[in-house]
Amino acid sequence: KIKNINFQISDGCSLLKNKVSGKSKRGGQSLTEFAPLCRITCTDEQEYTVFSCIRGRLLEVNEAILNKPDLLLEKPSTEGYIVVILPKFEESKSVTEGLLTREQYEDVLTKRNQQEPCLLTSICTLKLLTESLLNQPLKLKKKTS
Amino acid sequence: MLSLKEKDRPIVRKLLCAGCCVRCVLRFCCVGTSSAYRRSYQDLHKELLAFISEENSPQSHDASGVLQDFCDPSFAEQVSDAVKKQQYEFDSLVLTVSLPAQLSVREHSCWLHVKKEVREKSMCLGKDDVIQVKDAFKWAVQGKIGQELGAAVVANSPCEVSISFIHPETEEDCHFLAHTCPDCFKPTKNKASVFTRMAVVKALEKISEEKFSRHYPCPPKKANTRCTALDTTCLHTSVFIAGRYNKFSRELPQTPWVIDGERRMDGSVEELIAAPLLSSFRADGFNFSSSGREDVDVRTLGNGRPFAVELLNPHRAKFNRAEIKQLQETINQSSDKIRVRDLQIVTRDATSRMKEGEEEKTKTYSALIWTQKAIESPDLEFLANIKDLRIAQKTPLRVLHRRPLAVRQRLVHSMTTIYLDKHHFTLKLCTQAGTYIKEFVHGDFGRTKPNLCDLMKTDADILELDVESVDIDWPPAIPD
Repeated sequence: KIKNINFQISDGCSLLKNKVSGKSKRGGQSLTEFAPLCRITCTDEQEYTVFSCIRGRLLEVNEAILNKPDLLLEKPSTEGYIVVILPKFEESKSVTEGLLTREQYEDVLTKRNQQEPCLLTSICTLKLLTESLLNQPLKLKKKTS
Repeated sequence: MLSLKEKDRPIVRKLLCAGCCVRCVLRFCCVGTSSAYRRSYQDLHKELLAFISEENSPQSHDASGVLQDFCDPSFAEQVSDAVKKQQYEFDSLVLTVSLPAQLSVREHSCWLHVKKEVREKSMCLGKDDVIQVKDAFKWAVQGKIGQELGAAVVANSPCEVSISFIHPETEEDCHFLAHTCPDCFKPTKNKASVFTRMAVVKALEKISEEKFSRHYPCPPKKANTRCTALDTTCLHTSVFIAGRYNKFSRELPQTPWVIDGERRMDGSVEELIAAPLLSSFRADGFNFSSSGREDVDVRTLGNGRPFAVELLNPHRAKFNRAEIKQLQETINQSSDKIRVRDLQIVTRDATSRMKEGEEEKTKTYSALIWTQKAIESPDLEFLANIKDLRIAQKTPLRVLHRRPLAVRQRLVHSMTTIYLDKHHFTLKLCTQAGTYIKEFVHGDFGRTKPNLCDLMKTDADILELDVESVDIDWPPAIPD
């Protein structure tokens, strides 16, 4: 159902040009909550803009979804991530706490009472990165079969 | 008896009349026999006066008062006592002397003064022919110091005794050089004063005799105070202890885990290993390094991981095999979370062999894998047939905050499996050094490709990881 993903939001600024170097990730674009990341065009010509929703430095754009847009629908929590953002060290805690859990997110959706496409933006992906910022070890989960 | 020649007479006369100290006179006469400098001041003075047929000469505290006031046995005893107090164990030592930078200026001035005299007699006195103040001082004191400390004073030794002199009264003597040779004195952030010994020596090489004489009296003006000797310091070169360690705990970091001054987890491999070493060697501190490292929640089994501890300024450095064996036992008794083997003293260059292991050698692992889809034993067979699999790993997200973003090409050399149940199996792998195993299993959001999920066509995750071996044959095994 997704036809196309475009990272060139405004003229002259494509997130694809983002290039970071070094440990301090110099060169990564600074993003605010309102920064648009990409525009998704579906086969029914509906367009959706995905916004950053958090402040931070853009580290990586997932080019895999350019070639395989279906990843966004099929594997939204893993391979279908959109971008990787690194919040400022001082803000990492407040940013993580400002994120919604999956249940809270679905709550918001149902409350809106609209027909949304099944598109979970990969905000949960960011949660993992910020966990390492807060230097908590990723607990190896014991999964039940 | 001093071996002075006829040609030395005018030099001796000129310097003694200028108030130069007797040992400096010897230096400018290029007297190279160390025993001459050990003779008492009065003795030398008498002989020199006789040489030039004089009764007396003016005395002053030359800034080479180093050679005047500090060459007697009492100072040597003072130095020895200071060393004894610090309780070092050694059988040899090297003596280093640090002189104030402005001394070079006074020395230069004396030399020019003498040179003039010498030239008139059509002779040559190169600056390099003159005996250095440092050498004369060492010749005068090292015998007594060696005697007091029961150690040989040699040119090269791991134990260094440093004597420093300062002379505040003449500190500004070298300042004029900043105006005549400004490019020699570049201010750097680290040095307190721009007038370092090196810079002053360089400027003296550049400045012309004429210019020097205009700015500075030849011979140098007499000083009113004597030099001050700073506290004698001792330094022993680092000792390196190497070995291999096992880590049996899944809650132990390799290095201390401290965030914002707060300890996040108690203990660390390095502290457990270094603590008994620090106290036995009576070292001031340590640097721990190893051939790679493992996460907090990963065990290190098998022969263990090679490591090396650099002990800084050890007050005791000599240990025989039995004593090192005992140290190993002490470490092993202190905790059941780690174990150490093959503990031994190694040289500094040996540690580079360990670091090469970090880049080049292979490692083997054992991982407990969970799969989302149900599996049967035959489903795993294909993994054993995969050899030298090339994978590309983007910097894992979990370390991305402190590592640069890059793509690493790595090889998974071979794999074997042990089926456990429908959703679990043990995966053993042999990989190139620097491979992120956890990411190879779960794929890290598709940023490691190919990964185990791709190969098995299922979501998979890693529940436990153990390092089975670090394939490097250093340090040499010590048989029990």
